[in-house]
Amino acid sequence: MNYRLVINVLGLALILEAAFMILPAICAVCFAETEVWAFVICSLICLAAGLLLKCIAPKHRRLYAKEGLAAVSLSWIFMSIFGAFPFVISGAIPNFIDAFFETVSGFTTTGATILTDVEVLPKSIAFWRSFTHWIGGMGVLVFLVSLLRLSGGNNLYLLKAESTGPSVGKLVPKVQSTAKILYAIYTFLTVLQTVLLLAGGMSFFEAITTAMGTAGTGGFGIKNDSLAGYSSYIQNVVTVFMLIFGVDFSVYYLLLLRKFSAAVRSEELRWYLGIVVVSTVLICLNITDMFDNAFQAFKHSAFQVASIITTTGFATTDFDLWPQFSKTILVVLMFVGACAGSTGGGMKVSRILIAFKTIVKELKITAHPKSTHKITMNGRIVEHETIRSINVYMIAYFAIFGLSLLVVSLDNFNFTSNFTAVAATINNIGPGLDAVGPVQNFSQYSMLSKLVFTFNMLVGRLEVFPMLILFSPYTWKK
Amino acid sequence: MNTIIIGCGKVGQKLAEKLSQEENQNITVVDLRYNVVQDIINQYDAMGVVGNGASFEVLLEAGIETADILIAVTGSDEVNLLTCLIAKKAGNCQTIARVRKPEYSRELHLFKEDLGLAMVINPELTAANEIARSLRFPSAIQIDTFAKGKVEILKFKVTDNSVLDNMQVSKINSKLNTDILVCGVERGDQVFIPDGNFVIEKGDLVSIVAAPLNGSEFFRKIGVKTNRVKDTIIVGGGATSYYLADKLIHRGIKVKIIEKDEHRCEELCQMLPKATIINADGTENAVLLEEGLENAESFVTLTGIDEENIMLSLFAKSRMNGKVIAKVNRVSYDDVIASLDLDTVIYPKDITAEYIVRFVRAKQNTIDCNIETMHLILDDKAEALEFSINENSPVSGIPLVDLSLKSNVLIACISRQGRVIIPRGNDAIRPGDAVIVVTTNKGFKDINDILQ
Repeated sequence: MNYRLVINVLGLALILEAAFMILPAICAVCFAETEVWAFVICSLICLAAGLLLKCIAPKHRRLYAKEGLAAVSLSWIFMSIFGAFPFVISGAIPNFIDAFFETVSGFTTTGATILTDVEVLPKSIAFWRSFTHWIGGMGVLVFLVSLLRLSGGNNLYLLKAESTGPSVGKLVPKVQSTAKILYAIYTFLTVLQTVLLLAGGMSFFEAITTAMGTAGTGGFGIKNDSLAGYSSYIQNVVTVFMLIFGVDFSVYYLLLLRKFSAAVRSEELRWYLGIVVVSTVLICLNITDMFDNAFQAFKHSAFQVASIITTTGFATTDFDLWPQFSKTILVVLMFVGACAGSTGGGMKVSRILIAFKTIVKELKITAHPKSTHKITMNGRIVEHETIRSINVYMIAYFAIFGLSLLVVSLDNFNFTSNFTAVAATINNIGPGLDAVGPVQNFSQYSMLSKLVFTFNMLVGRLEVFPMLILFSPYTWKK
Repeated sequence: MNTIIIGCGKVGQKLAEKLSQEENQNITVVDLRYNVVQDIINQYDAMGVVGNGASFEVLLEAGIETADILIAVTGSDEVNLLTCLIAKKAGNCQTIARVRKPEYSRELHLFKEDLGLAMVINPELTAANEIARSLRFPSAIQIDTFAKGKVEILKFKVTDNSVLDNMQVSKINSKLNTDILVCGVERGDQVFIPDGNFVIEKGDLVSIVAAPLNGSEFFRKIGVKTNRVKDTIIVGGGATSYYLADKLIHRGIKVKIIEKDEHRCEELCQMLPKATIINADGTENAVLLEEGLENAESFVTLTGIDEENIMLSLFAKSRMNGKVIAKVNRVSYDDVIASLDLDTVIYPKDITAEYIVRFVRAKQNTIDCNIETMHLILDDKAEALEFSINENSPVSGIPLVDLSLKSNVLIACISRQGRVIIPRGNDAIRPGDAVIVVTTNKGFKDINDILQ
């Protein structure tokens, strides 16, 4: 284990965070809020810590798989710890564990909150919450990689640990260029959404925080009722953009290159859109009676399906009141998640697709034991390595899910609340059902449960192994 | 600049490693083996495609339409040639192929002219050339030539009782009355670009810049034999041996080849009528001693087994005073081998990769800068670059002492109208000169880059 290199990367990440905190400070100045000092102080603390860690020069800069994974997960933990300071220092969230929960929820783009009333928050604090979504959506280290060449030329392991999906590929040969392209597309789409929201009559502050919450598929709102109070136009814009940010970004790169047929050929994209359409229609039929007309029902069901499958977690209505069938569909969608290579969480459509294909393959082999089958995706053979990693991912995922559920049950809430609370955090969605429903929050849970949820959110965002590797003694041996 | 490498054997990997480190190189590798491609993507900054490089569809996926250079270095000559042909049709790129079968070696010009390949490289032939070059200058470990052969960079080891031991670099020329410049010193793992105050120690590997005549004079003065060898013993009769023997015989050097296989011996007899072919096991000491190892002026081991080559060279080194050269295929252990007391070790795969890298860089550089030749020296940690100076270059006309150079940059040599100048502080660069710069900084493109 190359400790020095990992620490060095940590230092860089903190310096970057110090720079990020300047934005909410500017926001505080614009709204003439006293929180500006909280952000300036925290930024300086971050900078000092970052510079201190960066002083430790690595002996060699070769970054191997375990260093990459450890650097990513430790960076996320450290950034969340330092990112919690503004909440504590400004007094918005006095308890540190609560502030830590809120920050992790922000960076991992979960959007679960312990705040009972978000409307009383100072604007700059609300901005910082939404901004953590935007950074966490594409990834902090991806941003770092796009800025500078970190290690001995190749930072693929950092990109791999932070990007979503079973097999992470590059858009172009250079990792740095890939990271730049990703952030360029990301920024462009965010700006586009902000403009469209502004056109719908939102204030600039609301538009930009909502756009950042959508882009990272986060879900922190600035209103207690999330997006319920806005016009249909705004809700529809958000629906479309949630779906857009749930798509593999390489599809947009292909579109940029004008390779339209290759972009549309993506099997995952087709399934993703298929699932969205089918779920929307089913829920729409199920809830028509609750609304004035079919159009209203369709709008709400489409919004909610998009919000849950992309793991954003915005709400236009309290879906906890919907019939059991609709709620169950939403819970299933929680686990499906968005596309690999998007900013969304969950298990990812491609993993589920490949898992189903292995089932079909197994059935065929049972029928014809001597027959040979290969699983294909987009007309290409899926390597054994990938299938193995998906299987292991799922086992580890459900093991963590089960253990978390067990620990959380100590708080004695009902099963629906506990189950959906764990599902909503491990899949980075935010709201669950019942006690953690869209109009509720996580504040009633004990500190222990909050720490478990925090861990779940990190496990979900970094896709299990970068977090698990921290617990392996083999990682820390010299 | 987009480069596609087909075939990820040792040469392909070496190329990916070297080229991916360069700022504006986008590398895509293609190989049939999934694992090999994965390894390369994980280790180097490159993209990978799994598939047969000779297939049009695979080439399209690798981005042949936007590629500038395609390098085909799979194990098969025919696949390499076919890949280059298809690439030529599919995109507008320069193509490089590795073609190693001796049958094709006489048809290289055909490949270049009729098939439009930019470069055809034969690893065995290249290795043979390299060996021939170092036999010409037995005391040097490595020779690189610049300015159309008028300047050479020679690398040699400072022996225990050498006059150079404990000598300051600035005093060498005055004490020995020579005209050379020390442009680099390797000490253990470290590489120095020395200034005048640097003190040379025994055991150092010193690189000097000199005109060929001055170089041999310098070697004579520090007490090293410089006359080229008159005879050589080669163990192993493979393709490299054949190319090497052919070259040496043309230069009037007596060649003795020891080869185990009788059939191969007969073949060699036909191909090399002037060589002495011995059908015996060259790894047996008695055979070597009988064939006059102790009196031979040089000894080259070219068997197919690395370990054998190294052991034989060590043995020869203990019994003779001449130059000993060993061929090693595996590149991975070069630092261990370097610690052995061997004169020269030739890595054909390394050389092949280096030739290709040089070609790629030259191509890249012709776009927007003026590097004439480029050599990797000092264990690849430094570059020796030859620049041609044009009319309004900011470095021309200013005495060298007054130029504020970046650190670790040395102006090693100026070639002016066929005359070689080893520069001193008062010399100035003039338009039309060719200047050789030695630097540990990578990626210089223009002579201006040497300035701060």
